[in-house]
Amino acid sequence: MILLALLGIPLLAAVLSATLPGRRAPQGVTVASSLAVLALAGLLAMRTAAQPKLSGAVGSAVASGVHGIAVLTSATGFLAADGLAALIVLLVAFVGATAAIYSWGYMERSCAEEPGRLRIYYANYNVFVFAMLAIPLVVEPTLVWIFVELTTLSSALLVSFENTREALEAAWKYVTLSLMGAGVALLGFLLLFAALEAAGSSTYTWAGLLTAAPRMPAPLIAMAFLLIVVGFGTKVGLAPLHTWLPDAHSQAPSPVCALLSGIETTSVLYVILRLLPIVESSPAAAVANWMPAFGLVSVGVAAFLLLQVRDYKRLFAFSTVEHMGIILVAASLGSQAAHYGALYQVLCHTVTKSFCFFAAGGALLSVSTREIASVSGLIRRSPAAAAALLLGGLAIGGAPPLAVFLSEFTIIKAGLAEGRYVIVALLAVFIAIAFFGILLHVNRMVFGRAPERAAALSVLEKRAEGAMGVEVSRATTALPRTCYAMLIVGGALVIVLGLYLPSFLHELLRVAVAAWGR
Amino acid sequence: MHGFAAPSLLASLNALAGGLFLLSAFAMLATRQVRGCLLLFIYQSLLLAASAFLLAGEYGSWHLAGVGIVNLISKPIIIPWILRRTLSSEVYSRREIDQVLNIPSSLTIALLLAILAYFLTVPVLGAVAPPFRSANVPIGFAGLLLGAYTLAVRREAVPMLIGILAMENGAFFAGIALSRELPLIVELAVASDGLILVFVTGVLVRTIQHRLGSTRVGELTTLREAAVPREGEAA
Repeated sequence: MILLALLGIPLLAAVLSATLPGRRAPQGVTVASSLAVLALAGLLAMRTAAQPKLSGAVGSAVASGVHGIAVLTSATGFLAADGLAALIVLLVAFVGATAAIYSWGYMERSCAEEPGRLRIYYANYNVFVFAMLAIPLVVEPTLVWIFVELTTLSSALLVSFENTREALEAAWKYVTLSLMGAGVALLGFLLLFAALEAAGSSTYTWAGLLTAAPRMPAPLIAMAFLLIVVGFGTKVGLAPLHTWLPDAHSQAPSPVCALLSGIETTSVLYVILRLLPIVESSPAAAVANWMPAFGLVSVGVAAFLLLQVRDYKRLFAFSTVEHMGIILVAASLGSQAAHYGALYQVLCHTVTKSFCFFAAGGALLSVSTREIASVSGLIRRSPAAAAALLLGGLAIGGAPPLAVFLSEFTIIKAGLAEGRYVIVALLAVFIAIAFFGILLHVNRMVFGRAPERAAALSVLEKRAEGAMGVEVSRATTALPRTCYAMLIVGGALVIVLGLYLPSFLHELLRVAVAAWGR
Repeated sequence: MHGFAAPSLLASLNALAGGLFLLSAFAMLATRQVRGCLLLFIYQSLLLAASAFLLAGEYGSWHLAGVGIVNLISKPIIIPWILRRTLSSEVYSRREIDQVLNIPSSLTIALLLAILAYFLTVPVLGAVAPPFRSANVPIGFAGLLLGAYTLAVRREAVPMLIGILAMENGAFFAGIALSRELPLIVELAVASDGLILVFVTGVLVRTIQHRLGSTRVGELTTLREAAVPREGEAA
């Protein structure tokens, strides 16, 4: 029932926010429904985390991974949630709810001229959240493919929402590259099904694939896996297929960026993560050894591109590429500690990155430009946005004692324990470069000198940038109330998660690692 | 590769459909007319449906017949209809003068891609396919690669969209030969997904046309690192 409700509520909200009369109706419906979804997701996570503990060892988890773990299944049989799915659902619901509340004030201000368009925004928003919730809950891989495709299609019009030349360009790149990747992945999923048939099984679910994996013909599963990694890797933003990502994640309205960067990439990466144990236990296990290289390339490319950005939303977008790489590296290291680290990183990245984009949105509302150079001295113009930006930059770069630092530390420690020194060394170097890059830019924006000069230039800038950024008058530096609220909630979580991990989340992560079947 | 002992009539017809399918993928790359591109896509979808029916006859599989019917309805009929509804007819009468590469070199690269597709699928065929299927898998794979390549070299929005749809056609052309029991719900869902895809992309293209007065999306290249104006930089 919970599972059906989790999917039903956002769909209902999409219909209602498109049709219900009243100027505030779409916002109200979306916030109410996303809070309900968050509550249900919390309940689901609690239940999954509270199940009887598994007998510690990794080996038993693999053996009992399919049958030994309590799985909440719905009546239809298409939906099920184990620990890993519950974790992703919780994160989707979290960003979905906070971004919905943030949207209320943010979109009202940035869409003041044509309030009618808000309906389109909220209808798409709810479908987008629905599709992301469905990815972890649906157990049939080809149906998962369809929901991944649906995330692209429902968010395309959100990316282009501001209808500027740049936003349209970003949306077009986003759509074409993501759909191209999806086409490649589709053949991968069909091959996966053929591999399952060849292994003499017909239960086309994640669990069924894992059971049948040792009997699958190696060329089929290897080809299927590579096609899916390339195809969905495009959508996750793994280098060198990341080119669309900074465009789309910088041009969309900020709450949408929080969804795109914070959770959409992760929920697609979830599909690749699900496939990893299947490939590792199949005869084509050698293919999985390429994954650390894929991940490291992403981390490295992103770390160096971070240094030369000029647009602060692109800064955070590149940091998403970096973090997806880190998660992939951690997931493909062998030990259970590394897998725990990977999922911990998923959790911390989602919480921190959505907060970063809320902060970036606050800065954008205050200064109405996305350019790093002309934001310098933000601390004097909008202290709240500046403080949030500073915290976000520190947190996402991985400064101690914030959340991302802990998860990255867990991963590096696990890598060292396994003796993968080269991988760990490269990872550490790239993370350090990225940290330096992020803080360099954030520091310039927050404390940079010459705010008078920037103010004098502002008229020129505005003319030069014309289409860039949201047109908001400079006088309105105070942020909308809902934005303040979400900055406080997000910031508090970023700090608290760095200081201590609630035991419920720790259990959830442990159960998720076990359910992952590693 | 497998040496057909006595190919049945259905198998020969299927091989013919496969050959024409590949030809249509090449032609899509070479056509300058937007309308011609759409027509070629319709032919290609018909050939995909034909191949599904032939395989269905060969195996006596209702699933594959279902795939054929869904394809026959959605792609040649509904998708062009949606495109015509969302986009003005002006878009279709366009000619694309310059692609990223000129057409002869494009076709050469496409030929290499098709050969690559054949060699990439050899191990896959060795693993599962009975001889009868050996036409569909490499051709479908080639269709996928050629669709992606079309997407890469085209600059006009509608041919790019058709490139995406052709990729899906290619994936399914291989897919119908790979697995007989693919649940029909998957095919139905993929088909409806294709409709949403065309609708959303159509709306996006229409907005681009209204806003920029052109559907030459290949010219949208302002977003990159160096693009942000430098005047504001603190010296």
